[in-house]
Amino acid sequence: MIVYLLCFLLFLVGLYGVITRRNLIKIAISLSIMEFSTFLLLALVGYTDGGVAPIVDPASPVQKYVDPLPQAMVLTAIVIGLATTAMLMAIIIRLYRKYGTFDIREIKTLKG
Amino acid sequence: MSPLIPLFIVIPLAGAFLTMILGRLLPNLNKYLASLILLTLAVLSVYALATTGENPSVYKVGGWEPVNRVPIGIYMVMDGFTVLVLCIINIVGFLSVFYSISYIRRYTSENFFYALFCLMVAGMNGVVLSGDLFNIFVFLEISVISAYALVAFGVEKNELEASFKYQVLGSMASFFILLGIGLIYWKTKTLNIADIREVLKAGSDRPFYIFVQLILLSGFGLKAAVIPFHAWLPDAHSSAPSPISAMLSGVLIKAVGIYVIIRLFFNMFELTENMSVLITTLGTLSMVIGVFLAIGQWDIKRLLAYHSISQMGYVVLSVGMGMIVITRGGAPEIAILAIAGGLFHLVNHAAFKGLLFLNAGAIEYTLGTRDLKEMGGLSRSMPATSATSFIASLSISGIPPFNGFFSKLIIIIAAIMAKFYLLAVLAVIVSIITLASFLKFQRYAFYNREESKIDRKIREVPFPMIFSMVIMSLLCIILSLLAFPGVRDAVLTPAINILTDPLKYSSIILGN
Repeated sequence: MIVYLLCFLLFLVGLYGVITRRNLIKIAISLSIMEFSTFLLLALVGYTDGGVAPIVDPASPVQKYVDPLPQAMVLTAIVIGLATTAMLMAIIIRLYRKYGTFDIREIKTLKG
Repeated sequence: MSPLIPLFIVIPLAGAFLTMILGRLLPNLNKYLASLILLTLAVLSVYALATTGENPSVYKVGGWEPVNRVPIGIYMVMDGFTVLVLCIINIVGFLSVFYSISYIRRYTSENFFYALFCLMVAGMNGVVLSGDLFNIFVFLEISVISAYALVAFGVEKNELEASFKYQVLGSMASFFILLGIGLIYWKTKTLNIADIREVLKAGSDRPFYIFVQLILLSGFGLKAAVIPFHAWLPDAHSSAPSPISAMLSGVLIKAVGIYVIIRLFFNMFELTENMSVLITTLGTLSMVIGVFLAIGQWDIKRLLAYHSISQMGYVVLSVGMGMIVITRGGAPEIAILAIAGGLFHLVNHAAFKGLLFLNAGAIEYTLGTRDLKEMGGLSRSMPATSATSFIASLSISGIPPFNGFFSKLIIIIAAIMAKFYLLAVLAVIVSIITLASFLKFQRYAFYNREESKIDRKIREVPFPMIFSMVIMSLLCIILSLLAFPGVRDAVLTPAINILTDPLKYSSIILGN
């Protein structure tokens, strides 16, 4: 149970970072922390204590397999996460070129 | 098994790829290729709407048949509700991309624009067709990542800032959704929406599922920009190029937000009274606060963006009322009327809000400004834009005989019949404020010639832009027909039946 709680704690750490940090890059890092805590939870969901990879071999039957579906999901989600992070970084670099700063407080042309 | 289903995803995905490669070799090809792709999809979606009716079809990706009645592959499902949203996506998509032929000329790298546009449409089609929770997440990410890029397409200060905000909030929403999906898989060991329904029917552990429902509601609520999750919408929708604003406001928030909320809460979870009340409250808040935020705006596109929040509030409110009536065991006719009003308004909003954003784009195209105070007297020099935006303004404010009137009328009648008098009164008041706000838009932009500060000659926009706007305004009038019994039975009733009948969806898909 403690691992799940730690996982959730990691999610909250990321959320805290997104809300409180003022540097664009740090916000991106906090988002990554949130993202990976979710991946960790997904990996934990499929974990069975003492389970092995589900490659069925009739010669040596094994009783316990880990669930492969969440692992496939995590792999897909990591690829998606890569795309979002790359996109976010591209925007941050462009923002830096326009404003000359990473400080979120200086970037506020849109309001109302 | 319908052979149509994969085409809705394959055609735009292949189109995005081809536009990138062929567009580089043959300039000018990209715009016609993209228009042709979206036109094909629009025709296909209308055909699907005409043929699906009450008979949903299921496509099993890779041909994986269920083992011991447990689905193991990815299922694509096309039912009455899906085809309705598919029609919105592809028809508004076609008109926007046709409009872009002239509009997007002043930007560089048009290739990327059309490729991203096709990707966004592919993602949205995937979201509405998917019958599998994780697949919804994957397609949702395809469409929103393209949307992030398209919002930033102008790469100026405003566009970049808006895109950054949209990305941070959008990514947080995605993680909430992924967390919710992970938690559901943990308990049910399946990802198929129909199968999850079957597992939950036997279910226990209600507090856990309430937690999951809250997480998924906040995730998809962020994507749908219901208040209090709306912070990104006015920035993103006003900074994007206008055809993209029309897509984002008219289609994206519905396809990846409202559609999924409605689908999950009706067809996957058991409806509970608390959750229905929560959804109705969110809808009411959006409806009221959105319109008050819109009053003070002088930037046309921000004004329209805030109205999107408000009009989505009508949809959520109306569907939520239907949920409350169902959970309290009220008369099913009232629930059906409320949900019909919500879905009808969903379709109408795509038509008139898409049109209004295209009008705003036409004004920006000729004048180079979005500030209402710097306009005036455009009705003489831009007759087509003026006439179509007049139709759209009357339509969004609920003036007969345009479509907005009928959907609002149905929503208000349903509220009165369900004895939610306060909601009915609020809906009327919000509609009046909307009218006031759009009279301001009409007056400052198109009339008011004396105070006009424009001293140069203004010309009407090119043909593709006029064509899209005129077709959209015709849609605003034609869609009124959906209020009348014959047409309603063919289009809206299958969608409502699949939502309100608690076991129909899962029994059709699992085939028992």
